[in-house]
Amino acid sequence: MEETDWRFKIAHREAWIGVGLALFNFVWWFGFAYGMGSRPVEEYSYVFGLPDWFFYSCVVGFLLIAVLVIVIVKFFFVEVPFEEEEDSQ
Amino acid sequence: MNYAVLVPMIGFLLVIFFIGYWASRKLSSSSNFVSDYFLGGRELGGFVLAMTMVATYGSASSFLGGPGTAYTMGFGWVLLAMSQVVTGYFVLMILGKKYAIMARRYKAVTMIDFLKSRYDSTAVVLLSAFSIIIFLFSAMAAQWIGGARLVESLTGLSYNSALFLFAVSVLVYVTIGGFRAVALTDAVQGAVMLVGTLVLLIAVIIAGGGIPNIVNDLINENPNLVTPYGAAGNLSAAYVSSFWILVGVGVVGLPQIAVRAMSYKNSRSMHRALIIGTIVTGFIMLNMHLIGVFARPVLPGIEIGDKVIPLIALETLPPWVAGIVLAAPMAAIMSTVDSLLLLVSSSIVKDVYLNYVKPDATLKTIKRISFGVTGLLGIIVFLLALNPPELLIFLNLFAFGGLEAAFIWPIVLGLYWKWGNKYGAIASMATGIVSYIGLHFYNLENGNLFGVHTVTLPVLLSLTAFIVFSLLIGRKAYNYNISAHK
Repeated sequence: MEETDWRFKIAHREAWIGVGLALFNFVWWFGFAYGMGSRPVEEYSYVFGLPDWFFYSCVVGFLLIAVLVIVIVKFFFVEVPFEEEEDSQ
Repeated sequence: MNYAVLVPMIGFLLVIFFIGYWASRKLSSSSNFVSDYFLGGRELGGFVLAMTMVATYGSASSFLGGPGTAYTMGFGWVLLAMSQVVTGYFVLMILGKKYAIMARRYKAVTMIDFLKSRYDSTAVVLLSAFSIIIFLFSAMAAQWIGGARLVESLTGLSYNSALFLFAVSVLVYVTIGGFRAVALTDAVQGAVMLVGTLVLLIAVIIAGGGIPNIVNDLINENPNLVTPYGAAGNLSAAYVSSFWILVGVGVVGLPQIAVRAMSYKNSRSMHRALIIGTIVTGFIMLNMHLIGVFARPVLPGIEIGDKVIPLIALETLPPWVAGIVLAAPMAAIMSTVDSLLLLVSSSIVKDVYLNYVKPDATLKTIKRISFGVTGLLGIIVFLLALNPPELLIFLNLFAFGGLEAAFIWPIVLGLYWKWGNKYGAIASMATGIVSYIGLHFYNLENGNLFGVHTVTLPVLLSLTAFIVFSLLIGRKAYNYNISAHK
């Protein structure tokens, strides 16, 4: 019996990173939307004309996630071959 | 008839046909027809991969239904739509490299191939094929209706002729070109969506006199429109958050998305697709739904949600630009339809016919059957769409939710949890589908149970079923290192 494929270790780690990122994404999105958005409308402030809760939750949140994905992929993801080494035709 | 709008749209369709034709020439010289027709020979690069995922996912619901609902609900619905940003990276990160490696090891061409090798069970294959055929059929019908409505509102043709025009366009290139044609046209269509939504958003903002002005108009009309709670204040945090499962993380369980996660060339393509996919998904969703909200003060009183985008484009843009911009939702619908069509026919041809009916079919027979089944399916959907139900978006979500509840755990846990076995998979699929359909009707009668979207509970129940049955019956650790039977 061979030992665990070395590529699986990398794959498992990257899948967990995906779960972590999604959780962070959710908390950011939820926190700003309902943290700031549940105030009365008169108390909202506006950034570039958009309600503040929306700006931070959806606009900043999206940009932040995009940057995080770039950083994670560039610095933490490892390139591995997908083909089997033993029986390559 | 509006020729200034029609000409750019027809030009766009011609480009799409040309790509289909070009891809089909590559197909006829192929040595492995099944893998090429249904999977494009596993050679997608990063850009095409990202775009085909975005385009497949960004369907009529995000381009017509979604903005239409944002028009009535306000910013709360844009917030909900932004839960889709997660799909841009989540699917590829979760299925990721392990799925790519295992799919190659199993020589899997469809998602069902993967399940077949992982669980080694006829029941799993037939149950999956059955649910794909049933659920994706309703999704397809919904999309065709959306496409036909769009053609109808642009050309002034009757609904039936519009549907016919749309059906012919889709059928021609899916049938001849297969997955590669679909993926390549998706890339073009994705680019069209990206540019189209941006142009339209800018035009709407200008027409409304700037964002602060538009938001003021909204507050004057109804302050609830700028809160996260919807126009009537009835969008609860729990309900909106449950869309993270339906249109966010649960998308991992959608067969049309999962099949794309095994179609890329190498790790580099996957890495590029992660970045491009996240940015493009977020950008399109944000733009599209903001257009819906901003359209309200500019063009008040639109009754049918699906018509918001076509009407606002015709209102705010010069006709020929509107033609190009409206090619975007057209592109979204076509690319969703073509991938669904291909997927349903792959379930029939590859997963049922080749596995159980005639495993030793000749290449010629397979080709004939593949083209024939794809064409026949298109005709059946066309006939169903002739007499369409009203609520496009909900019909579509019904199919999505059902498939997610059925497949998410057999795929994800099959990939990562060695104790998962066929009893768990069967129980999980059955529980997911049955509880989804049951709860759907319960919620229609009594309002949403616990105030969350229908998909939430079935996903949790199918998880429980998967774990309990895997551990109770035939408990055995799976060895990921041995190759499947060849």
